[in-house]
Amino acid sequence: MNPFSYSKPDTVQAAVELSSANSRFIAGGTNLLDLMKENLSRPQHLIDITGLPLTDLSETPSGGVMIGALVSNADLAWHPWIQRRYPLLAQAILAGASPQLRNMASTGGNLLQRTRCYYFYDASVPCNKRRPGSGCPARSGLNRIHAIFGASDQCVATHPSDMCVALAALEAVVHVLGRGGARTIEFADFHRLPGDAPDRDNQLADDELITYIELPPAGFAEHSHYLKIRDRASYAFALVSVAAGLELDGPVIRQARLALGGVAHKPWRDKAVENWLVGQPVSRETFTAAADALMQNAEPLEHNGFKVKLARRAIIRALSDAALVGGTTR
Amino acid sequence: MSATLSEATQASFVRHPIRLTLNGAVRELQVLPWTTLLDLLREQLDLVGSKKGCDHGQCGACTMLRDGKRINACLTLAVMCDGAELTTVEGLANGDELHPMQRAFIKHDAFQCGYCTPGQICSAVGLANEGRAQTSAEISELMSGNLCRCGAYNNIRDAIEEALPLCQPTEGER
Repeated sequence: MNPFSYSKPDTVQAAVELSSANSRFIAGGTNLLDLMKENLSRPQHLIDITGLPLTDLSETPSGGVMIGALVSNADLAWHPWIQRRYPLLAQAILAGASPQLRNMASTGGNLLQRTRCYYFYDASVPCNKRRPGSGCPARSGLNRIHAIFGASDQCVATHPSDMCVALAALEAVVHVLGRGGARTIEFADFHRLPGDAPDRDNQLADDELITYIELPPAGFAEHSHYLKIRDRASYAFALVSVAAGLELDGPVIRQARLALGGVAHKPWRDKAVENWLVGQPVSRETFTAAADALMQNAEPLEHNGFKVKLARRAIIRALSDAALVGGTTR
Repeated sequence: MSATLSEATQASFVRHPIRLTLNGAVRELQVLPWTTLLDLLREQLDLVGSKKGCDHGQCGACTMLRDGKRINACLTLAVMCDGAELTTVEGLANGDELHPMQRAFIKHDAFQCGYCTPGQICSAVGLANEGRAQTSAEISELMSGNLCRCGAYNNIRDAIEEALPLCQPTEGER
């Protein structure tokens, strides 16, 4: 790890004032310290934000929930409001990492996890995400775990988070504060596709700090399911994951949300498919048609063609479970 | 200090005071910002029960309890532990009386080489504090952050299943 200086401000405003291009905020540290040990991130200054008053959940006037950026992944997943009203989010969080890491990792930090692309994590090889312009060995190399949607010539990495897939499906809103003031970012706009600037994972500026994640009132608690497919039964990143949420009127779909993880540089949604589902009957035929429509835009690489078939089946199963089983956490 | 170091680097060689409760004893220490909690305990405080397996939060050998909750000490900066109450495997026994989880691990032969054992035991005590594992399958799922390369998983799970009802939450857990 590179030497760095350290400070621990008491207020959100002070934290933002301390930030610079060479500093990083640290809360759980579960990804940042790993990256620093690998020499992939070399900040000169760490701003410890664990003393900031962003540790609570509160209800919003509209009936949603405002989550402080420092709420741990474990506390969030097991919170009674999340268990009861947003079981999709609880399931997704508990599908990720380990109990130790979930105790440490923060809500805000989860959004800022970096890809686990092998080439990104190997400082001895080129990577456009690490060193813009150096090349992408994954595109023609071992790309079994890489993207099948929205990739670019420069980068085929995927976003690793489970929690973010659920937040995308729930249409959460990210609240940030920078030196220029506060702003909100729709979850769908928060993470970026790689394009020609794969070094930028998201829309945050260097001086901006995530302060809250806002959940809208609709939690799809009656009919939602998070399905994660991975190489082992637990404690592994998703090859493919699906967050499915349905609002039903008898046998008819009134509203549908569908987000995929493990397949793109950001949680992947296809609003045309979600819109098509509205008014359709709950049936295997409906869900199969939706999956086929969504997957027809997939662009697999040499080694990840299996993800197309896997994701198609996962979508059908997640939608079926959401419709028929409902939103229990286990 | 070498003149070749940048000003920013030189400025970083500042020790920060921290005060923590370690296995019941209050300790006041001065730490460099980049010292991990695991390195502080092993290299400076001679508490080598917590093991460095992967040093990247993947194996769980460094698992210890912070305010009653299990964490990976390898991904924790010591400077960020000011005010924390920490329990390592060395702090679980009451004098010569082993913690119920330690007794169960011995009874069930829940290890082979023993390298992962301190982390397994601390993680299992954290699991007991959380109170969310009722079934054998839930124990397996909620212990997935601790790897055992010898493959003693079945015995580890049996030990935990037997000890869970006997475990009183450690101090620090609400």
